[in-house]
Amino acid sequence: MSDALNVLPNERRKRFDGPGEPSSVGYVYPRKIRLADEKNPLPLECGKEIRPVDVEYEVYGELNENKDNAILILHALSGDAHAAGWYHDAEKLGRPWLAKRPGWWDNMIGPGKAFDTKKYCVICSNILGGCYGTTGPSSIDPATGRPYGLRFPVVTVGDWVRLQERLISSLGIQRLVSVAGGSLGGQQALEWALAYPDRVDSAIIIASTAWLSDQGLAFNAVARKAITSDPCFLDGDYYESAGPEQGLAVARMLGHITYLSEISMQRKFGRRFCNGNGPGFQLEADFEVEGYLRHQAKSFVERFDANSYLYITKAADYFDASAWGGGDLDKACQRIKSRILLVSFSSDWLYLPEHMKKLALALGRNRKHVSYANIQSTYGHDAFLLEVDKLTLLVRNFLEGGGQTGE
Amino acid sequence: MNKQYRFDHKVIYDLIPAGNSVLDLGCGNGELLSKLIRHKGVQALGIEKDFDLVAEAIARGVPVIQSDLDEGLAGLPDHFFDYVILEKTLQAVKKPLLVLEEMLRVGRYGIVSFPNFGHRQVVLSLLRTGRMPVTPSLPYQWHDTPNIHLFTALDFLDWASANKVRVERGFSWTGNGTVQFKEEESAFAVEVLFVVSKEG
Repeated sequence: MSDALNVLPNERRKRFDGPGEPSSVGYVYPRKIRLADEKNPLPLECGKEIRPVDVEYEVYGELNENKDNAILILHALSGDAHAAGWYHDAEKLGRPWLAKRPGWWDNMIGPGKAFDTKKYCVICSNILGGCYGTTGPSSIDPATGRPYGLRFPVVTVGDWVRLQERLISSLGIQRLVSVAGGSLGGQQALEWALAYPDRVDSAIIIASTAWLSDQGLAFNAVARKAITSDPCFLDGDYYESAGPEQGLAVARMLGHITYLSEISMQRKFGRRFCNGNGPGFQLEADFEVEGYLRHQAKSFVERFDANSYLYITKAADYFDASAWGGGDLDKACQRIKSRILLVSFSSDWLYLPEHMKKLALALGRNRKHVSYANIQSTYGHDAFLLEVDKLTLLVRNFLEGGGQTGE
Repeated sequence: MNKQYRFDHKVIYDLIPAGNSVLDLGCGNGELLSKLIRHKGVQALGIEKDFDLVAEAIARGVPVIQSDLDEGLAGLPDHFFDYVILEKTLQAVKKPLLVLEEMLRVGRYGIVSFPNFGHRQVVLSLLRTGRMPVTPSLPYQWHDTPNIHLFTALDFLDWASANKVRVERGFSWTGNGTVQFKEEESAFAVEVLFVVSKEG
């Protein structure tokens, strides 16, 4: 891939809280725990079972004596357990890309932030099938002594949540104050409220829906096709070689388009040319938007496993909250006992606000405690990582509004 | 809408029986619903279109769905709530008839309150100055008022009788106190409140 166009036009300068700042959780480290083994394998929705399963997770803030102040954060497609804070030595952890930036939701998690670590013990774990410390297709298959590759079983959001339940139980936590996430993370939060109604006081579901739209399924199908049709894919057994870098890059480029909005792209790129002049009359990329996508793709290929991309997008495709009601969302919602906060973003065309509102009404028809807010934003789906002020207001109000229904 | 005139708050609070289900259309910051939840154990839901007010209602522990009333209440079943409240909101929506119909579809009873444009002070002010009245209950200039449909207590009653809507109760706020609404004294009502239901 050409490196000449790795430009980041008009990228808003991100301001991070440094590890020494009072609003940062500071330096953190990933922990590892084995949650399935020979004696206690993890049964999967597909009918198979898997063992061993190791889970990487991080913890911010203190778990109190009663172990009743924990919040579980769920990450999205390309996320990891590193939701907040800084690594001392990202190189040594094998994640050099994390040397200069904090966890992916650092602006929401920390002392005095939306998920206030002075009050709550915040936990985040990497999903099953991922590539950031939790067992996935790049892990060694004990049956062959080689990486699983495509021999890894197909996993679902339900499987992820059942594994997370093992983590929470192993930490001695019976009830969670809240489960929270955006995008695919929001669907895990919803799955938690459905699968373990008695163990979550509340769920915060952001930029997410009860199921992925057909349009979303279509994007994921194209992304997977880009990976599997790369000649370097080698049926998923590419761990000895470079792997399907081109395919994964295309998948990420496509994904990125769906995370932005027409207006945010126009503001960011404005049809500008990379060289600042005009058309180069050549077929190579010469618009800034092309350079941006290439840059995003390149950095993604360096940090993500293509097989994990296949498995995680498949899990996103299969997720359907109505399955808990035999295909009837209203019936599924009967199960829920938690307070629910739903948040959508006006310009999100991947997880549409109207679909979120439908979920809100399904909960309302079941007389559940549900609140729904639609944040006006131009950022598209990515807004769940960017609209920090409004999200903070909602999350804080919701968490604190739980204890009281007074004025 | 304006904080000084909360006569309807008190009347509505007293009208709603404990344990009933209540939908508040244009619930604002959720103040009324939070009182009803806390003291009367009602099953409550608010609808509000303004994001900041939605956030405030959430802080009060009130379940609230951000939505524009002019889009109707599709998704909420018929007669799902015992009471549907429309507190000083009707004059601010684009499609008042749609909102009234939806209110009586999803609720057994509707509670509607609004500033009475037929109050004599309003009428006299218009007559005397030749300009749109600005009063404590209609405190806005013509160009920045959220009240885009102005009507009188009698206009509302005409609509009710033409649409087979039964008026169960009526109250007037006279500026000094709350009294039973009487048609012949409607010019003395600064604000009015009606409990309505669909006939048949």
